[in-house]
Amino acid sequence: MALAALNNIGTQVCRQAVPPDWPGGFWWHWLFFTVVLIIFVLVMVMGVIYIERRGMGRMQSRLGPNRTGPFGLLQPVADAVKVLLKENIVPANADKLVHWLAPVVAFSPVLLIFAVVPFQNGALLADLNIGILYVVAVSSISTVGVFMAGWGSSNKYSLLGAMRNVAAVVSYEMPLVLAIVGVVLLAGSLSMNQIVLAQDIPFILLQPLGFLIFFIAGCAEINRSPFDLMEADSELTAGFHTEYSGMKFAMFYLVEYAEAVAIAAIITTLFLGGWRGPVLPPWLWFIVKVIIVFFVMVWTRTTLPRVRIDQLMSLAWKFLFPLALINLVVTAIEVLALPAALLWVLIIINFAILAALIPLWSKLFFKLGWGRLEV
Amino acid sequence: MAIETREMALKTEPFVLNFGPVHPSTHGVYRMRTTLDGEVVLDIEPVFGYLHRGIEKLAEQRTFTGFIPLTDRLDYISSMSNNLAYCLAVEKLAGIAVPERAEYIRVIIAEMQRIANHLIAVGSFLNDCGAYFTPFLYMFRERERIVDLFEMVSGQRLLYNYMRIGGVSQDLPDEFLPALRKLLDLMPSYIGEYERLLKDNEILQARARGVGILTQETAVNCGISGPVLRSTGYRWDWRRADPYSIYDRFDFDIPVGVQGDCYDRFRVRIEEMTQSLRIIEQAIKDLPSGPVQADVPHLIRPPVGEAYAHIEAPKGELGFYLVSDDSVAPYRCHVRPTSLINLTALREMVRGWKVADLIIIFGSIDITLGEVDR
Amino acid sequence: MKFERFGLGIAKGLTVTIRNLFRHPTVSQYPEQRLNRSRRSRGNELIWSREKCTGCGTCAKTCPQGAIEIITSTNLAENKYEVEKYQVDTGYCIQCGLCIEACPYDALYMGYAIERAKYRRGDLVQSDDMLLESAERPASGYYHPEIARKLPRQTLLVERINEKR
Repeated sequence: MALAALNNIGTQVCRQAVPPDWPGGFWWHWLFFTVVLIIFVLVMVMGVIYIERRGMGRMQSRLGPNRTGPFGLLQPVADAVKVLLKENIVPANADKLVHWLAPVVAFSPVLLIFAVVPFQNGALLADLNIGILYVVAVSSISTVGVFMAGWGSSNKYSLLGAMRNVAAVVSYEMPLVLAIVGVVLLAGSLSMNQIVLAQDIPFILLQPLGFLIFFIAGCAEINRSPFDLMEADSELTAGFHTEYSGMKFAMFYLVEYAEAVAIAAIITTLFLGGWRGPVLPPWLWFIVKVIIVFFVMVWTRTTLPRVRIDQLMSLAWKFLFPLALINLVVTAIEVLALPAALLWVLIIINFAILAALIPLWSKLFFKLGWGRLEV
Repeated sequence: MAIETREMALKTEPFVLNFGPVHPSTHGVYRMRTTLDGEVVLDIEPVFGYLHRGIEKLAEQRTFTGFIPLTDRLDYISSMSNNLAYCLAVEKLAGIAVPERAEYIRVIIAEMQRIANHLIAVGSFLNDCGAYFTPFLYMFRERERIVDLFEMVSGQRLLYNYMRIGGVSQDLPDEFLPALRKLLDLMPSYIGEYERLLKDNEILQARARGVGILTQETAVNCGISGPVLRSTGYRWDWRRADPYSIYDRFDFDIPVGVQGDCYDRFRVRIEEMTQSLRIIEQAIKDLPSGPVQADVPHLIRPPVGEAYAHIEAPKGELGFYLVSDDSVAPYRCHVRPTSLINLTALREMVRGWKVADLIIIFGSIDITLGEVDR
Repeated sequence: MKFERFGLGIAKGLTVTIRNLFRHPTVSQYPEQRLNRSRRSRGNELIWSREKCTGCGTCAKTCPQGAIEIITSTNLAENKYEVEKYQVDTGYCIQCGLCIEACPYDALYMGYAIERAKYRRGDLVQSDDMLLESAERPASGYYHPEIARKLPRQTLLVERINEKR
């Protein structure tokens, strides 16, 4: 009886997930999209590694890698081959199971996020009607993997790095989620496909403050510069992946870039209008927009120095979180009180609020020269 | 020395962490044993000597002229200044007058060396802050232009061995002055580029303003010199206070900082580069013709006596103390090591800050281990 | 009420970086593109001229490292020194160039070539005929302006890439 009820719910969910005009039925849809997603993630990671190294190189007035393959296109392949050939060293006091499981636990949620990202109208692995909530929930599991890596290495500096990472990720969840709620209010639905369909004009124009908060919080979640203290090449800890070598290290390296692609994909879906665009096929527009967002991440990485750990935390709690709350309240007022207002009026109001809030808040919040303790 | 742990609900204990001799952010083989409480630095204990080569003792086995290549290797980033300080000391000891053209060439070369040194100092300071090599590579581009000119003049790119006792070793080639003219025209726009990239950058301000403050009294008491002293607000420059060579003929300002934090040291170095460009412009205009080396024998035997000569090297006051006993080798040569003496204030500057600030403060003092260890 | 530090500095920095993206990188790809060294370049090896050398030993006395070893014998019939062995240990040499300045007969030249690495440490010690000038071991113009005039002009970065920022 209970089993029958469970089966019933299962088929209802599955039928809901597959669009009605998809040929071949449920299992064919699932297989096709699983394969497409895995290939997409792996190819995009290689592509973004290449873009980052060449782009950063050109911005620093030098060439990036250009010897492996024509224009250096096979450089990520060379990296992968090099990493595969390295010896797999496990420290003697390490907790073997935890040490082995950590890369898996860190990588799987990133793949799972792509299940709800739309490549075309209705072309997703699962069109859940709680899409964006699923993304937020699943992306937090990756942090558990990082902490397992720090713990399982039995190295106190890895543990220190992992704890810093967990603290940072947990702090930045709040502004991230609040920025998302602003978009959800405008679109009226949690499903990612519906959010894209609701964007006659991209939400970046209607929610500039939300975009900025999401971008900063997203960069902090994935440990990208200027928030990359966890993998800082200078300073004492090499981070939570010190004791990893060989394929496990490759998984962490992959996680870093795959998360960057995931955040870029979510930004495209929520703020830039997903797959919508005039001339090219929709999935090509999607890829182009993801690459543009990733390029902006590379650009900020090249230019900005790193923040300190206590400055990182205070940025989350004192600067982004109140701004996200104010953004939410303003969006809620706009949606409720002015539903029929012309869009360009709303755009002007939102940009004016952005231009007023950021200087005001930085004046209140930005203090210099703090952080010294009396010893 | 008592270390107190702070009153916290969770009882913690300080631990000793070794920033080993091999570390990507210490500028050379420098070891610090830091006592940390979590992330806060309580105390540091420096251990150096990993690059000691016995240069002062080797001086007693080399002739006065033969020691010049070894002075290159002291502060290997700005090696023309080391040559200059040593040659001034020997000229003071032996009473040699340097011809006019050689004096002007020495000033031009010394100021170009100052710019090249500050480019590396600022570049590696920003690298320690975390700007992933971008300002570092931009500054190396400019240093490349200066080093090309040094290569044209002396033949080598890092350890020049250009100054001699009584002047310089060879005259400037014909294409030096047009190329230097081009460099002087371009350089202000490059310095403008660095300022646009970094001066108002909020993250840099948050990291470096108010961090690692050195007060004027501490600086003067410790014997600090150079940009570190000037950043505390104390306007002291040996080119004005005790002019050596022909620096009293040139017109330049001495930039000072306000508080003595890392940001002020960074700004003082950038301003000093602009002032050096002014001095070079004036020197090129008045460059006379004539011999470039006084008539000095290769194996010089100064009379018995002792002399100390100091210059305003890019890192601070570099001095050479020479004692001669009428033979071809010095009886005793002692180097006043700028970097070592500037480093003695590190402990005062760093206590109470975090590990990330320790790296930045250490980078902003700008040391070279060749000078610390000799 | 003065507003500062609200993000304008970061925006200025971003414009600098993006403009550098579109400029020519200051890179030359070795070994396909080689630049010309200075005419007074102090290369790795020493070049000796047997005709001009008289075996006076000034170079050996001047060398700070003691890398030059000379053995001479007297030729009483012609009233001069014969140089039997002239040996330089290029492993000790620091390429300071003091020997070239010291030689009263202009018999020494600094080497100009740079790709002269050896596979064995024993090959670093060069003597007699190995030290003569040849096609693989051209002489540089350090302290010899007549040779410097014939060498190619040095490539300068300030002349190749010189756009204002």
